[in-house]
Amino acid sequence: MTEPALRTAALRKDFGGLTAVNDVALVCRVGELHAVIGPNGAGKTTLINLLSGDLAPSSGRVELFGRDVTGLPSHSISQLGVGRSYQRTNIFMRFTVFENCRLAAQSRLPSSMRFLRPAARYREVNEAAARAVELAELCGREQVPATALSHGERRQLEVAMTLATRPKLLLLDEPLAGMGAEESTRMVALLRKLAPGHAMLLVEHDMDAVFALASVLTVMVNGAVLASGAPEAIRANREVQEAYLGSEDGE
Amino acid sequence: MERQPRVLQVLLLAGLVALIAFPLVGEKFYLQFITKVMIMAIFAMSLDLLVGYSGLVSLGHALFFGVAAYALMLLTPEYQAAGFWTSLGASLGIAALAALVVGFFVLRTSGIYFIMVTLAFGQMTYFYVHDSSHLGGSDGKYIYVRPVLEIAGWSPFDLEQPSHFYYVALAMMVLVYFSLRVLLASPFGRVISGIKENEHRMRMLGFATFRYKLVCFVLAGALAGLAGWLVAAHDGLVNPEMLSWHQSGQLLMMVILGGMGTPSGPILGAAALKVLELLFQGWTKHWQLLLGGFIVLSVLLLPRGLAQLFESWRRD
Repeated sequence: MTEPALRTAALRKDFGGLTAVNDVALVCRVGELHAVIGPNGAGKTTLINLLSGDLAPSSGRVELFGRDVTGLPSHSISQLGVGRSYQRTNIFMRFTVFENCRLAAQSRLPSSMRFLRPAARYREVNEAAARAVELAELCGREQVPATALSHGERRQLEVAMTLATRPKLLLLDEPLAGMGAEESTRMVALLRKLAPGHAMLLVEHDMDAVFALASVLTVMVNGAVLASGAPEAIRANREVQEAYLGSEDGE
Repeated sequence: MERQPRVLQVLLLAGLVALIAFPLVGEKFYLQFITKVMIMAIFAMSLDLLVGYSGLVSLGHALFFGVAAYALMLLTPEYQAAGFWTSLGASLGIAALAALVVGFFVLRTSGIYFIMVTLAFGQMTYFYVHDSSHLGGSDGKYIYVRPVLEIAGWSPFDLEQPSHFYYVALAMMVLVYFSLRVLLASPFGRVISGIKENEHRMRMLGFATFRYKLVCFVLAGALAGLAGWLVAAHDGLVNPEMLSWHQSGQLLMMVILGGMGTPSGPILGAAALKVLELLFQGWTKHWQLLLGGFIVLSVLLLPRGLAQLFESWRRD
């Protein structure tokens, strides 16, 4: 059995009197797509923030690749091979598509304290950026400023930037948010393509996509894990149906 | 590297040629005036590295300018010349060190708090110098002899001669201009622009942003120190006003007037402000009113600065 990419134990986050994440234990391995679902306010985004280092947990433990990283700053966690995409598009709006990816790829240089040679002449960085653009199917759009992209393309760029940092673990916060049907189909295909080589933790509201993609499902309600397991088992779980899926299935 | 508009390239080149030729025909007064403008342009470029490229609006940048100037004064023995390289190195070093210490604290804040804390550091230093009699107190001190560069008994130039000083300042300005262009195109420069655009995302991409901001702050401080050393050597005197927030504020105006985050903006801004000051002073004793009015108008009409004039030409 390989070392899991991600393991959390008794993870907890309090905001004043509110417990946003309560006693969460998760495991995510390379080649596995682990989807976290739950109603709004269940603590899914807070969970991702704890894993990416955007927030420090109140208690509990986060392990990446067998190493305790609890409380490390986000840039250190990123350097360990974690890529995160955001629910609300978080890109460099005034840069072109390629420049967004190039800057992301540049983060894998041992250091960016390099002052003389133009950044555009670092071959390995350009190649990594070009690869990310290709993977995210943004070819031909490289020189377009991010502001001029459609919503779906911005989401693709968001993922492309994450990929340009060559992560082993991907934390994806609602990659399908606000996408049309066609854009969603494309993103699902992209995620499926990435699944074998990466460990992926996905927060998503689109149930069709979740059941099409996930190999493991965790359902969160009120900050705590209600159930976790294979998609079929979750679908059959009475508690889950009552708490969450019932209303969605009825659509 | 970002290409500059063709019109601007031609104008810059023409400007450079004019600046090189000017001492052949110009009077001493204007020679010294332009020397001052070029030094202020270096100072403005150093601030633009923070304000325009990193998004760090500092109101205490005069601190580094001032400490470098005072360093030259302290290193100059009475009625003797300081060494060119030793005093320049010391001035740059002390300015960089000051920026390292100040930056270590102020870069933990952002936005309006950053402005306030840089202002506070600037004013602390101003009052310290202002109230220190060994530094000349509120009157400042004279530097009777300008630094001398000697290589085995031979001096390539004599700073006591206005035209020589003029060319040294011009060479420094051109050097700083091109160094900054190289810097901004480098991986370091890209990180700085990324931080300005979206620091949170930079951290999430794995960049330890504080470190980059601190290095940028130190570089900007050292360049301000270069300007401070030049001004002290040129004017032959230092006084506390060099460190005051008026100085920082006027500098910020130059950068905004010329165009933040554009390579030539700070040069245009420094030139425009100094030339207008001279012009309006000749007209009326209320010249500050005219200058203020001009700044209001130009910010309203050209929010991205004088450099914007050339950008719009390109689009036509």
